[in-house]
Amino acid sequence: MKEYRTISKIAGPLLFVQKTEPIGYGELVNITLSDGSTKRGQVLDTSDELVVVQVFESTAGLGRDSGVRFTGEAIKMPVGHEMLGRILSGGGKPIDGGPEIVPEKRIDITGAAINPYARGMPADFIQTGISTIDGTNTLVRGQKLPIFSAAGLPHNNVALQIARQAKVPGSVEEFAVVFAGMGITKEEANAFMQDFERTGALERAVVFLNLADDPAVERIITPRLALTTAEYLAFELGMHVLVILTDMTNYCEALRQIGAAREEVPGRRGYPGYMYTDLASIYERAGMIKGRKGSVTQIPILTMPGDDITHPIPDLTGYITEGQIVVSRELHRKGIYPPINVLPSLSRLMNLGIGVGKTREDHKKVSDQMYAAYAEGNDLRGLVAIVGKDALSERDRMFLEFADLFEQRFVRQGIDEDRTIGEGTLDLGWDLLATIPVEQLSRIDRELIEKYHPKFRAK
Amino acid sequence: MNEGQNGTGGKLKRIAGPVVTAVGLDAHMYDVVKVGTEELMGEVIKVDGEAIIIQVYEDTTGLRPGEPVSNTGLSLAVDLGPGLLTSIYDGIQRPLEVLVDKMGSFIERGVSAPGISRDKKWEFKPLAKAGDEVVPGSIIGEVQETNIVHRIMVPPNAKGGTIRAIQGGSYTVEETIATLEDGTELKMMHRWPVRVPRPVREKKNPTIPLITGQRILDGLFPIAKGGTAAIPGPFGSGKTVTQQQLAKWSDAEIVVYIGCGERGNEMTEVLTEFPELQDPKSGKPLMERTILIANTSNMPVAAREASVYTGITIAEYFRDMGYDVSLMADSTSRWAEAMREISSRLEEMPGEEGYPAYLAARLAEFYERSGLVTTLNGDSGSVSVIGAVSPPGGDFSEPVTQNTLRIVKVFWALDAKLSQRRHFPSINWLNSYSLYLDTLGPWYDREVSPEWNILRAWAMEVLQKEAELQEIVQLVGSDALPETEQITIEVARLIREVFLQQNAYDPVDTFCSMGKQYDMMKAIRSYADQAYAAQVAGVPPTQIITIKAKNDLPQIKFTKDYEPMLDGIMKAMETEFTQLRSSA
Ligand SMILES: Nc1ncnc2c1ncn2[C@@H]1O[C@H](COP(=O)(O)OP(=O)(O)O)[C@@H](O)[C@H]1O
Ligand SMILES: [Mg+2]
Repeated sequence: MKEYRTISKIAGPLLFVQKTEPIGYGELVNITLSDGSTKRGQVLDTSDELVVVQVFESTAGLGRDSGVRFTGEAIKMPVGHEMLGRILSGGGKPIDGGPEIVPEKRIDITGAAINPYARGMPADFIQTGISTIDGTNTLVRGQKLPIFSAAGLPHNNVALQIARQAKVPGSVEEFAVVFAGMGITKEEANAFMQDFERTGALERAVVFLNLADDPAVERIITPRLALTTAEYLAFELGMHVLVILTDMTNYCEALRQIGAAREEVPGRRGYPGYMYTDLASIYERAGMIKGRKGSVTQIPILTMPGDDITHPIPDLTGYITEGQIVVSRELHRKGIYPPINVLPSLSRLMNLGIGVGKTREDHKKVSDQMYAAYAEGNDLRGLVAIVGKDALSERDRMFLEFADLFEQRFVRQGIDEDRTIGEGTLDLGWDLLATIPVEQLSRIDRELIEKYHPKFRAK
Repeated sequence: MNEGQNGTGGKLKRIAGPVVTAVGLDAHMYDVVKVGTEELMGEVIKVDGEAIIIQVYEDTTGLRPGEPVSNTGLSLAVDLGPGLLTSIYDGIQRPLEVLVDKMGSFIERGVSAPGISRDKKWEFKPLAKAGDEVVPGSIIGEVQETNIVHRIMVPPNAKGGTIRAIQGGSYTVEETIATLEDGTELKMMHRWPVRVPRPVREKKNPTIPLITGQRILDGLFPIAKGGTAAIPGPFGSGKTVTQQQLAKWSDAEIVVYIGCGERGNEMTEVLTEFPELQDPKSGKPLMERTILIANTSNMPVAAREASVYTGITIAEYFRDMGYDVSLMADSTSRWAEAMREISSRLEEMPGEEGYPAYLAARLAEFYERSGLVTTLNGDSGSVSVIGAVSPPGGDFSEPVTQNTLRIVKVFWALDAKLSQRRHFPSINWLNSYSLYLDTLGPWYDREVSPEWNILRAWAMEVLQKEAELQEIVQLVGSDALPETEQITIEVARLIREVFLQQNAYDPVDTFCSMGKQYDMMKAIRSYADQAYAAQVAGVPPTQIITIKAKNDLPQIKFTKDYEPMLDGIMKAMETEFTQLRSSA
């Protein structure tokens, strides 16, 4: 392999190399510094005269005297059974003091798109034990359901609680967790690691860590390494894999940084115009495949800059993922854990995972009715602030009270409280709905009311 | 369309993502080229001196400068003939089912497959005979493709003439089924370049609604067969569910559903669900009238750009057979973004928000391919186009929404405030509109009831009034409203919760016939009339509002044979009102 010493320019994370043999687009590049250390990069633009290389590590120490070798192949991830229980860097190198991973296979990290015709329809209900998820925003196997949070909110606790408690009732299949930290602090990383160790989850986990002080550009490949690993575990070894990606906001910042270095015309708020497509190439790597056993379920976490859900990062994410769980500062301030605001939250695959034979026949309608009642009560809070409680009709006061009850009893639960779907969550929902006269439950059929409503159940 | 002119070999000069540059290639705009040793498919999108700029429909990783590029001399075209129905294609009409057989569960590149099978035999039944004069567009025979009859026509770009021979029997799509006097051989398949609208004799003004079974659409903001509608909304507001409801229940004869840059699972959902569903009118499986185009968000962006053209060309083809076709594109914003991405790689001067300056023109050209038409053979057919729009941050002032609204005649404005409270479909009744109301009015008079248009206008008025009253309520509370207006608020609530809310996942409520829509609205009107009368008679509004019988009205939605139930509710309501008035 020829080594070039023809770097003409270095700008941010980009290297410009002149007068090369024909180099393939997307190739993996090895760069040797004068002190003998090496860095990796990828070809972003290739022509007869000039090759642009994006370096995945800090460009500190790089100079025109550095040597550049083009490997002739795409970036690949060595994968194998042995990866379970291992902690790797954001670039895929072991950092737990353990041995190098003996690969059973090396797989291109870009990941080809699953043919929509080959996809299996996600339909297995995952019980997380959290009412606001199971009851009203149900997660199913093969779904991509992000947590939209913001700085200072307990999204990591929510993610950990999900990882600890998630199970498919009645299933004993092999599972694994793949965790990718991007730009998170050492402290956050430790919190995750300690919890994984405490619960024994680490043995079944593969951890990729790119910390806040690791190179930002490395974050571009971290989620792809993680997903390549997850796909291998799921579709080749038949495991049900839960992938946690955090924090996608840091990933997007890295994407913006590269766009700026390439002097691209920026899109909305300075993020690249292709960010939707780029994020889709990560998030769409979730799902099931017809005729194969495993599944990849994704829980990406992102922090909304300025708590703004219309910011391009949550916005483009929401357009791709199958719903979102929104963590709210207001509920957090009220001291409610988990502070999940169900109103802007959504699980698009909920309907596939619930109902007769999966959860319970009344699931959908109880959920819809609680939403409607909570939304109505929540709106009235604004009104009360202006006109006072006394100006409200009796009906209004009822809904106002429902909203409080809903937050205090349905939303609020313990950090280790693992509620079952039937008795733990849906029956609790009925208890709350019972504070509203039966005639007002317009979303639910009479038949279900007579079967599940406490008033009738008691008889 | 050029005919194949082979052999002008060029080579790659630069590769940067989905756009590559070749030199030494003799090529024209929109020629389809084969790129690299793997012969990836691409299309010429810019000619700049020596440099030929190509968008590649497959992943370009690994391509190197110096690799060969050859010109097919053909435009990007689709196969049209028996075998289209029930298919699922990518953006350039590669059948995804066949691709699974050829390369497994993941889409690898460099594999091609014809849009329709060349081997399968179809039973061709001639409808024309030797000696008949035919013109472009003439129907010469038919094939029973699914439960749909596939009419075989003289291609619009062929010359007509006198039939010398035509013979029924079992043929592949490439075998000759008829010969004209001048020797022209006609086959069941022809190809058509996707960027060129198929010709028609005349475009007409639509007068018949596309009945969708969705109350807020049919009832308040109808789209005509051959019309255009846009459905913009932030994520999670109901674009896809609405589009899928239309694909399932609208009374079109053929449905083309384009998943353009959206989720893979949504296409899988259609694929799993549609074969199980039946047309409420004919009882036949819905899949048999459907064609899916799936170029999901993680599939190549250039093919996403093409997917919309592939879809509309197939729609026009079925229109030319005399069918009413409806086409859903979810989402046109992803198509516009694909244009933006390609344009920025061409370093074109960006227009508003980075979109190319020709965005508005492309959108207009696309929607212009809809319409109710007289086909070349004098038949009548239509293409209705419904485009989802995904505005960043849900802000409708952005260029794709705005440019679309300048073209389309129906605007279904999705509203996150409604979807958050699970009011579905979350179409805002105050902002939405249909410009077809006047032209469709006579149809509703005739086919539904002479009262319908009056009821509709009344409902809209109540909803408008409610919005004004809500502003007052926000300041002073509902108890401070005058008595009649307290009743108006309650009537509006019924219109919203009973009529407008419709659950796509309820087995009965998912589709609501026009007759049922009329009965429901009439029932609400009847409550309103009795309520105002009672108020005039001195009954206090709290009693009018808490009438028991009306609480059962929502149950109508979930009940298939609802008439006896509705009768019962209305009788009970009358009795209650009579009692109230007599005790007042
Ligand atoms: N008509 C409807 N009936 C019931 N639920 C609906 C309806 N429309 C939308 N929804 C709910 O809203 C969610 C989001 O709708 P979707 O069409 O996927 O939104 P978008 O395409 O605008 O992002 C769906 O998953 C479903 O739960
Ligand atoms: Mg959608």
